[in-house]
Amino acid sequence: MPKDGGIGSSTKRREDVRFLSGTGNYTDDINLHGQLYAHFVRSDVAHGRINSIGAEAAEAMPGVVKVFTAKDFEGVGGVPCGWQITSIDGNPMQEPKHPVLAEGKVRHVGDPIAVVVAESLEQARDAGEALEIDIEMLDAVVDMKKALEPGATKVHDDLDSNLCYDWGFVQENKDAVDEAIKNADHVTTLELVNNRLVANPMEPRVAVGDYNRSTDEHTLYTTSQNPHVIRLLMGAFVLGIPEHKLRVVAPDVGGGFGTKIFHYAEEAFCTFAAKALNRPVKWTSTRSEAFMSDAHGRDHVTKIELAMDADNNFTAVRTETHANMGAYLSTFAPSVPTWLHGTLMAGNYKTPLIYVNVKAVFTNTVPVDAYRGAGRPEATFQLERVIDKAARERGVSPIELRRQNFITEFPYATPVAVEYDTGDYHATMDKVLEMSDHAGFEARAAESKKNGKLRGFGIAHYIEACGIAPSNLVGQLGARAGLYESATVRVNATGSISVMTGSHSHGQGHETSFAQVVSEMIGIDANQIDIIHGDTAKGPMGMGTYGSRSIAVGGSAMVRATEKIIAKAKKIAAHLMEASEGDIELKDGQFTVAGTDKSVAWGDVTLAAYVPHNYPLEDIEPGLEETAFYDPANFTYPSGGYVCEVEVDPETGKADVVAFSAADDFGNVINPMIVEGQVHGGVAQGFGQAMMENCAYDADGQLISASYMDYAMPRALDLPMIQVDHSCQTPCTHNPLGVKGCGEAGAIGSPPAFVNAVIDALNRGGHKVDHIDMPLSPDRIWSAMHAAK
Amino acid sequence: MNSIKMRVNGKEVSGTVEGRTLLVDFLRKDLRLTGTHVGCDTTQCGACVVHVNGNPVKACSMLAAEADGAEVGTIEGQANADGSLSVIQAAFQEHHGLQCGFCTPGMIMAAASLLKENPKPSEHEIREYLDGNICRCTGYHNIVKAILAASGQEVAPPAMAAE
Repeated sequence: MPKDGGIGSSTKRREDVRFLSGTGNYTDDINLHGQLYAHFVRSDVAHGRINSIGAEAAEAMPGVVKVFTAKDFEGVGGVPCGWQITSIDGNPMQEPKHPVLAEGKVRHVGDPIAVVVAESLEQARDAGEALEIDIEMLDAVVDMKKALEPGATKVHDDLDSNLCYDWGFVQENKDAVDEAIKNADHVTTLELVNNRLVANPMEPRVAVGDYNRSTDEHTLYTTSQNPHVIRLLMGAFVLGIPEHKLRVVAPDVGGGFGTKIFHYAEEAFCTFAAKALNRPVKWTSTRSEAFMSDAHGRDHVTKIELAMDADNNFTAVRTETHANMGAYLSTFAPSVPTWLHGTLMAGNYKTPLIYVNVKAVFTNTVPVDAYRGAGRPEATFQLERVIDKAARERGVSPIELRRQNFITEFPYATPVAVEYDTGDYHATMDKVLEMSDHAGFEARAAESKKNGKLRGFGIAHYIEACGIAPSNLVGQLGARAGLYESATVRVNATGSISVMTGSHSHGQGHETSFAQVVSEMIGIDANQIDIIHGDTAKGPMGMGTYGSRSIAVGGSAMVRATEKIIAKAKKIAAHLMEASEGDIELKDGQFTVAGTDKSVAWGDVTLAAYVPHNYPLEDIEPGLEETAFYDPANFTYPSGGYVCEVEVDPETGKADVVAFSAADDFGNVINPMIVEGQVHGGVAQGFGQAMMENCAYDADGQLISASYMDYAMPRALDLPMIQVDHSCQTPCTHNPLGVKGCGEAGAIGSPPAFVNAVIDALNRGGHKVDHIDMPLSPDRIWSAMHAAK
Repeated sequence: MNSIKMRVNGKEVSGTVEGRTLLVDFLRKDLRLTGTHVGCDTTQCGACVVHVNGNPVKACSMLAAEADGAEVGTIEGQANADGSLSVIQAAFQEHHGLQCGFCTPGMIMAAASLLKENPKPSEHEIREYLDGNICRCTGYHNIVKAILAASGQEVAPPAMAAE
């Protein structure tokens, strides 16, 4: 049993105390002296030409300080994109300008046209109503395939077409894949939609800009998962502020799920306006604004073909996906359908030949970017759905078909450019079948049938690539950034420790789990260790939190820095004990000399470092503070087996999820309680995607699911208790903690399990239904059942 | 403008508000009680639940002027007199019933009302009662466990490491 506080302990979260008592410090809780309020006036049409903006009446209203339009941003850069994709023909993707405020045209509902800044929020909103905006409506493109037709309305007049890029991967394998599919004994084909979602962290986005005229320093308080990245993107590409004059603070952040990775126009606006007006400027998103300005997720339309030989061995996979970019390229949008999706198309299976084609398309909709899982849920969903369909077509068990094709030897180089270091897919399959009492399913199904219900059992396996990412690799793949992580470990004279990490916690509990790691390494109480994050003025350049990377990359940086601390502390201890450095051991916060009873305490050594009277000054510097940057050697590859059991009411088409089991392999686990919580949340979001959530546009590009009245967020009564297990552990071989990451797994692995369960239930009930597009609302299930009759 | 007075967490407070000022804005902006959160603008999410005269109320669905003379309780007043976490707050920490913490004040206030009305709720009754409180982080699993535990009902402890 691990000791309370160290690695492997379900240590209670220290951050909870402030969250539970109402003393958290979220961005909207920050109010600066003399602060003004910004109200964004946004387009209510999907596509239009701005003929004029009359601001005179608005500017004359009480409390109004200024109305900003695109004219005020002449000479200011556009919101940049951080990843460039190259098309099959060798050309770089088409990359339109994304202005801070709309220039000449609006391109989606929610596109900001003007900003009113006033003494109070109410005054700013009132004046927003008084703006005289003349917009000539233009035809909108919403459907991706129509957007690519010749003569389609263009979202950007200065681009050749609405095609952002046409990507083939691995292009050299295309002919061999085509050949294998032509010669296959059987090919299963499935066309499906991966529905557009809105991330919906419960805290809406907020930005507060501040400017200090005496020092020429800017400060931006913002709801971000990666404040250093915002500083770099906004400083260098939008506003031209050097990094040493720009501080970005992301304090307590109320959930992110990807949509708070990106640099947004509102951040640039508040920073810009604070200097222009010489007063702090605050913007707080309403939820309605969030629906039309937070980057959305998913929105792929895919055709997948799975080829098999006569013995049901997978011989090839070919997929074609249309991926919606929305009206502009959000920060990491181009990478999601490509490198975060195509590289995962091997899944858990030893398919020798794979070809992925992705056409990224501009439409008059909100930009689409990474949302929990980002590309990997889309890959997993296609594969796990087509395998289920193939099993039905071949009359074999979906479990056995998976097992037969599982990768069993590691390391395994996939045909899609990644190498899995470890895994044991049969182990997670065994575990999840045990947890879900697969053996007892037929009896439960018979019981349901007696009650007039259709019971279904759905299985899915997943693999994901986390621990994002080796910088040299992603550089070759088009990233305009490195993806290392940093940590500074500052040991104070009396022995307490401040760790500045480049990772950012917005619900993941780093303040607790990261302290557990340092506590374990040094052997002092975790309460002596503080984890500090979210402020560019405090820590070294960090890349932030997304892609389940914090413990695998940020944790590794912290381990490396702590190792440097321990190495130096041992030198000091050796000097204090007049022993050889090689004989010094550190355990439970005590330095000892091997084979003797000599010892000095951690606090004696740290004090000596800062009061170096008796100290090896000729060999080492005083002080005890070290920084490390960790660049991972490979991705990490968490995997797992998920089972969902549903009961469908054939009268109404309503599917109730009656049980859900998740067996994950995350490698080593630092805090099991936190890890399980991450899986619960991921599964709930996967449930939302599969069963309830849908971000919908009408044919004119009007957003028709723009509030919690219309966008179905899962509520407590929708979900069952979720059984989770992480006892199958094949530790990562290339990071010091042997960890893989757990943040996205639930959202990646669960959607196909939910859908497979419903399809299984319908087929058991005699309804020959191959597929229903998510979300599986009662209406869609009922319609599919009756169409199949 | 309206002059209003109320008792918030046992203390007399007063202020001047516009007729349209919501109770949640009065609490957050005028009283700087920022523990009560705003997560939506359609009274759906429940991050702003407070107690008004002992009843749970979404503070975005009530005007500040309507609360004139009322007894208001917020998350800042939930701890025990000695500053330690209340039974419900402590159960949320013990059972990891929160992650980002943004919906948490509303969840705690709703849970306190539930347990006042129904001291031993079933899992189903808890889920039903939380219909007006959205959490995006936890999948509700550990929130339900925390409330069961706070009501004195038996709940499995959080996981320990795999052997």
